[in-house]
Amino acid sequence: MIRQGFFEKNLRYLFPLPAVIFVVVLMVFPVGYTFFLSFTDWTLTSGRPLSVVGLKSYLQVLSEPRFLEALGRTFYFTFGSVIVEMVLGTVLALALNRTFKGKGVVKTLLLLPLVATPVAIGIVWNLFYDPTIGILNYVLSVLKLPQSGWVSDAKTVMPSLIIVDIWQWTPMITIIVLAGLAGLSSEPYESAMVDGANGRQVLFLITLPMLMPTILTAVILRAIDALKTYDIIYSMTGGGPGYASENLNVLAFKYSFEYFRMGQSAVMLVFLFLIVLLFSLAVMRLRRAFEQ
Amino acid sequence: MKKNPVHSILFLLTLALIIIPILFPFIWMLMSSFKTQVDIISWPPKFVFTPVMQNYERVFIEQDFLHYMKNSLIVSVVSVFFSLVLGLPAAYSIARYKQKKLSIFILIARLMPGISFLMPWYIVFSRLRLMDSYIALILSHMLIALPLVVWVMSPYFDSVPRELEEAAMVDGLTQQSAFVKILLPLSGPGIVTATTLSFIFSWNNFMFSQVLSQQKTRTLPIAVYNFLSYVEVDWGAVMAAAVTIMAPAIILTMFFQKYVVKGLTMGAVKG
Repeated sequence: MIRQGFFEKNLRYLFPLPAVIFVVVLMVFPVGYTFFLSFTDWTLTSGRPLSVVGLKSYLQVLSEPRFLEALGRTFYFTFGSVIVEMVLGTVLALALNRTFKGKGVVKTLLLLPLVATPVAIGIVWNLFYDPTIGILNYVLSVLKLPQSGWVSDAKTVMPSLIIVDIWQWTPMITIIVLAGLAGLSSEPYESAMVDGANGRQVLFLITLPMLMPTILTAVILRAIDALKTYDIIYSMTGGGPGYASENLNVLAFKYSFEYFRMGQSAVMLVFLFLIVLLFSLAVMRLRRAFEQ
Repeated sequence: MKKNPVHSILFLLTLALIIIPILFPFIWMLMSSFKTQVDIISWPPKFVFTPVMQNYERVFIEQDFLHYMKNSLIVSVVSVFFSLVLGLPAAYSIARYKQKKLSIFILIARLMPGISFLMPWYIVFSRLRLMDSYIALILSHMLIALPLVVWVMSPYFDSVPRELEEAAMVDGLTQQSAFVKILLPLSGPGIVTATTLSFIFSWNNFMFSQVLSQQKTRTLPIAVYNFLSYVEVDWGAVMAAAVTIMAPAIILTMFFQKYVVKGLTMGAVKG
């Protein structure tokens, strides 16, 4: 006989309850409060109480060139890094997709950039990028190429940051695609062998199409994280030189915790939030589409 | 596989081309942490040098990194523990009752930008006089760890056959004790994956601690960053600090390679 008391009958509500309360208190309320603040002109340091001003903060933010540039940079950074990561990550996975001695070690090495602390990564890359003592300019000088200012030059700072992101996250795509490759069924390959398909045909007509769901999901998950990149940029450049590497997250951080313009910062957060939400909905759509 | 020497050499070259760029920053960091300032700023960069310990002495004796390490450990361990306490039953319920909406609700916390919660937290925690407290930091880090626990564990519980619990329930166990006594002990690998991943993400977190912690509860990433903002960069000491902060996450990953891969590939790859 299975006992069914109050607790057992309501297990489906009681078990998730603590987690739900936690997420409501720590996420839903704060996000709601941020939305509310976006309709105010509250500045923490002014000493004035907050007053609701409708869309005034939105208009201020939208007419602020620094915000528009940061918005553009957010997309530039995201697409610039994620597209390279997708292609390179898939190529590496295809190259590694065979049995060889030490595959486990190679997989562990691939994980290292993913689990390494971003702030520390940023510091190491800053040493590489240093215009006078950095190893990258040394390599350029040996190759008789012109040296670069890397992150200290407004023209090269974004590509330099994108390179760090590519270094850190390409292995994640590789690992996910490798797992996807391991899970492919062998039937299509067998019939392709029978039909006498060559290597390139197998790759483009069988392997890649079957991998697409995996690659796309991985890429969108990666894009969501790239949209909110903060650690690497803040620790390497602080958004500089000037404002040349500020993305939305870095700019909103400065508005909140350096200028204490909470109202305007809230507007930026609403934009960032909506962009990320759209991408997240895309992931769920995709996953549902592939599940059918 | 047929042994074609040209192919094997090409493959080894490919491997080298993949591994060297990945490893080089770590190796350079490790080397630099044992260099004197003179060796670090020398041009051309030095690959051969006499190793010194002074950078680590500076980090651990002058800067008291042990204090920050202790803070990081307290925050990560406690927040992961409570995330498991909240997340495991939720993940179980999601798996057993197919609560799709609930799972999306909790997973949204994984996708949303942390900074959209951070500003309100800052205001509320200041009012409650909880700035620079472990409580504020732990709560904020739980919002990182909890979605990961649910993300990893609900498919895991879903894959464990129901018959096991049902048999236990027929034997007189309540469903909740069947969950604790039968299912959880069988879920070791899943729990290891969830724990390792959330520990690493919490350990590496920079933004939350940057705002919510000050001297008393400052965690390692902030300590390393502050180290950098001194007037003249003492590169050797900074690299020693970077090695110190990365070491635990890297050692964990080496031990639990299989589980970390599982956790990271989850969601994108079915099964």
